[in-house]
Amino acid sequence: MISRILAPLLAPLLTGAALIATPLSAQNQDLGEAPPEGGVIETVDEGEGLNVSVSYEGRLDDLGIAIPAFATDRNVPTPANQSGTSALGIELARVITSDLRNNGLFKPTGPDSLPTPSYSEITAPAWGTWSSRNAEMLVHGYVRGRSDGKLTIGCYLYDMALRDELVREGWVVPPSDWRRAAHKCADLVYSRLTGESPFFDSRIAYIAETGPKDNRTKRLAIMDSDGANHRFITTGRTTALTPRYSPDYRQLVYLSYVDGNPRIYVYDVGTGSQTLVTESANPTFAPRWSPDGRYILYSMAVGGNTDIYRVPVTGGQSTRLTDAPGIDIGGSFSPDGRQIVFESDRSGNQQCYIMNADGTNQRRISFGSSRCATPEWSPRGDQIAFTNASNFNIYVMTPSGGNARRLTSGWQDEAPTWSPNGRIVQFFRTERNSGNTGLWQVDLTGENERQLPTPVDGSDPAWGPILP
Amino acid sequence: MNTRLTATVCLASALALAACKKQPPEELPPPPQQTVPATTPAPNGPGVAAPGTQRHFTETVGAQNTVVYFDTDRYNIDAEDTRRLQVQAQYFSQYPQITFTVEGHADERGTREYNLALGERRANAAKNYLVSLGIPATRIRTVSYGKERPVALGSNESAWAQNRRAASVVIN
Repeated sequence: MISRILAPLLAPLLTGAALIATPLSAQNQDLGEAPPEGGVIETVDEGEGLNVSVSYEGRLDDLGIAIPAFATDRNVPTPANQSGTSALGIELARVITSDLRNNGLFKPTGPDSLPTPSYSEITAPAWGTWSSRNAEMLVHGYVRGRSDGKLTIGCYLYDMALRDELVREGWVVPPSDWRRAAHKCADLVYSRLTGESPFFDSRIAYIAETGPKDNRTKRLAIMDSDGANHRFITTGRTTALTPRYSPDYRQLVYLSYVDGNPRIYVYDVGTGSQTLVTESANPTFAPRWSPDGRYILYSMAVGGNTDIYRVPVTGGQSTRLTDAPGIDIGGSFSPDGRQIVFESDRSGNQQCYIMNADGTNQRRISFGSSRCATPEWSPRGDQIAFTNASNFNIYVMTPSGGNARRLTSGWQDEAPTWSPNGRIVQFFRTERNSGNTGLWQVDLTGENERQLPTPVDGSDPAWGPILP
Repeated sequence: MNTRLTATVCLASALALAACKKQPPEELPPPPQQTVPATTPAPNGPGVAAPGTQRHFTETVGAQNTVVYFDTDRYNIDAEDTRRLQVQAQYFSQYPQITFTVEGHADERGTREYNLALGERRANAAKNYLVSLGIPATRIRTVSYGKERPVALGSNESAWAQNRRAASVVIN
């Protein structure tokens, strides 16, 4: 989408919402200090880019992109970088380069092997400088310190063959959110060149694992999509499992043994406190959000029989959605919120089923000879990722259960979660014998697979949507 | 005016792989492994255990009788399980003041959430049999640990068989 000129480089203000942790109740005895909530990022209209086609016609993963340091009008101190905005400009370009390179997108060249453009060149590139560098595309940007302490960061994408601008955008960010501006620039470049929706400016909740196989410590943790800004939420005193971010990132649902039983809690990111998803003595598992954030799905075992329930986030009466004898568990909404894909062993082993959001019209969609587990509906709606629980690899299929395709081949891969744009699937991989775990991701071609950087072992990734 | 891209999106050029094939857990020659016994840790220290302790329960019924085992994905109580649970029921009838927990577990070759539900089903199967033998349900708590607390640490059939279990633990 091309923005229009309204007030180039102007920056109306929104205040960042810094929240303060409140005292923890007894129920929160496994919780650490609440993480800071993100500030507000405001998009500045940078004027109109060029309405032309990209001139490059080869494969996008062969597309050379030069990403030199972002320029600054004058080097000023900022909490975002102890050396000031000039050094921050280099860091911004590094983050963008890493985003693209680590995901196998294009052929980015970062600021450490490129000359640094001047501030005035950001809107008027020195074409000759870049044309000799095998770059079909050029990313320019600037960072300016504002009198209120915030940063204005602009991002421009140029087509070297056309010698013209393809797109531009700018953002005003609190200094603590400078990396988000870099991710937004990477998203802008990615979206403009591929036509796909963005995904870098997002976060991941997961379970951080340490210790021996028979005494693992499992902590709820969160991080940015590139692993930065990592925070532990729970202390590890009790086991935490299977987190999911709410669509607005204000809450997390996850399983905790904090009272000795497996139960689902709703954790409030702003206050650092949590409540039970339902006041029941029965164990609850496998929490999920509805796309509009108004409902939580959870699975509850009564007398050994597990069924799926839905409850409003605000509390109140739970609605039971399944009643088959056997284990009905999990559930993932279609993007329009009208259907739920879930897992059931009512046929004798784990298979995937779809039902309407009210529990009606339950029907099996997986008919292969292998087991279908942990189905997750793509945010695009066109695919369902699942764990093949016979060979323990990640697959995708259509919502009708057709065209199953294998994406991974680890010893044990499970628990897929989608990137916000539905192009990448994250999962966790367990090593044979050691039980060591790690977070991995693979794109839908199955070709670009990589492990995510985490400070310790990781499992149960849950990728949130694009940050609000 | 909308912009049209001429560049092709290569994300769609995926291999069309075959549909899910049945592939049972691979069976390779057992790799080197450390396995710890599936039994309760040995009682510490000399002396006679007092009723109401796990040690007394274990010493009275025999460590092997405090645990029942299950086949892959199954939760039925087989003949060997009934024998062990009968021994447990005899003990718990003799000491009616004792309450206890049946802990349900699964092996690592299952997805995490399903295994939590499966462990719960196994714990309830053992509990229900004990209730059928006359132990009041109010004395029996169940909890599932899924695959989170293995006792055998290898990745092979023998280890998995030891981990698919329901263990009775006295509440002190």
